[in-house]
Amino acid sequence: MGVGMSKQRKRPSVIGRSWPWIIAAVVAVFWVFGRISGGFAFGLKAGVNLREFLIEMAMVLPPMFLLVGLFDVWVPRHLVERHAGRHAGAAAIPWMVLLATLQAGPLYAAFPFAIGLWRKGCAPRNVFIYLFAFSAMKLPMLTFEVAFLGWRFSLARTIITLLVFIPAGMAMERLLPEAYSPPEAAY
Amino acid sequence: MIVLWIITGAALIASFFADRHKTFAAAARGFQLLRGILPLLLGVLALVSLILAAVTPEMMEHVLAGRGPLPFLAAFGLGSVALIPGFIAYPLTAVFKQHGASYAVQAAFITSLMMVGILTLPIEARFFGWRVSLLRNGLALFGAFLVAAGMTWVLA
Repeated sequence: MGVGMSKQRKRPSVIGRSWPWIIAAVVAVFWVFGRISGGFAFGLKAGVNLREFLIEMAMVLPPMFLLVGLFDVWVPRHLVERHAGRHAGAAAIPWMVLLATLQAGPLYAAFPFAIGLWRKGCAPRNVFIYLFAFSAMKLPMLTFEVAFLGWRFSLARTIITLLVFIPAGMAMERLLPEAYSPPEAAY
Repeated sequence: MIVLWIITGAALIASFFADRHKTFAAAARGFQLLRGILPLLLGVLALVSLILAAVTPEMMEHVLAGRGPLPFLAAFGLGSVALIPGFIAYPLTAVFKQHGASYAVQAAFITSLMMVGILTLPIEARFFGWRVSLLRNGLALFGAFLVAAGMTWVLA
């Protein structure tokens, strides 16, 4: 998959293109109204929520997408195939977990990287193990979890989650048709 | 978060010294992908902001604390729909705990919160297609149920 391989998508309708901006504008208007009137708590709350999401996006998306770009350009397909492809063994699992743990952000930040892996020949089971690990086993988050919920809880949850989601990743591969490949649209 | 920036920065610098043109191609590729998904992301997050503003932590607390299957199911429901960063989710769960939420409820909430994303389904579907996204979320929900059950069993 080289640069410029992604097909041009059919142009969506005006509503299809503008609804995100409309909703964002509504939130902004609510927030401004809340600031002016001083009593519109719902609007203020929505505005603060959106601001926090935007900050999180700004913190996480640029490095994640740069990594995806670098991965796309530098990592050869045979490397991914050998270590995490359909015929790679269980050794791929710690690699996937390590990769996920080094990154950061909400789950949606992991989708482009996951697709990048898939397109380079990573087995679907490993793609989904990566996704599950990305969402559930962040090291920095573990310190947070320990601080608020205790060692016993955090350790038990992390281990049980791993035990549950490795088979879940394998089940995903089984449930998908052999030749399935994700849509071209986003990649 | 900082680690991510450091890793990306180091990779970028190494890449730049290895091959400048490839590095620019990589950056362009990343930017192109980001630009493609940004409007959808913005729309979904704005929508989530509105929904989260309507649901207060007090309301969540009210449903999640207590005994019986109802808080357990509510934990899955709330966890699947909500989109809350970890550094808020853990303190929030600690509050539920103080108000009597069981281990199963805590684990159900956290696990479904992290692994299941109903509201972000459009984003996921853009990358993976609807079929895979629904399948993954369904499996994640079932997995979250197993984790909650396992936590009850281990910590009881």
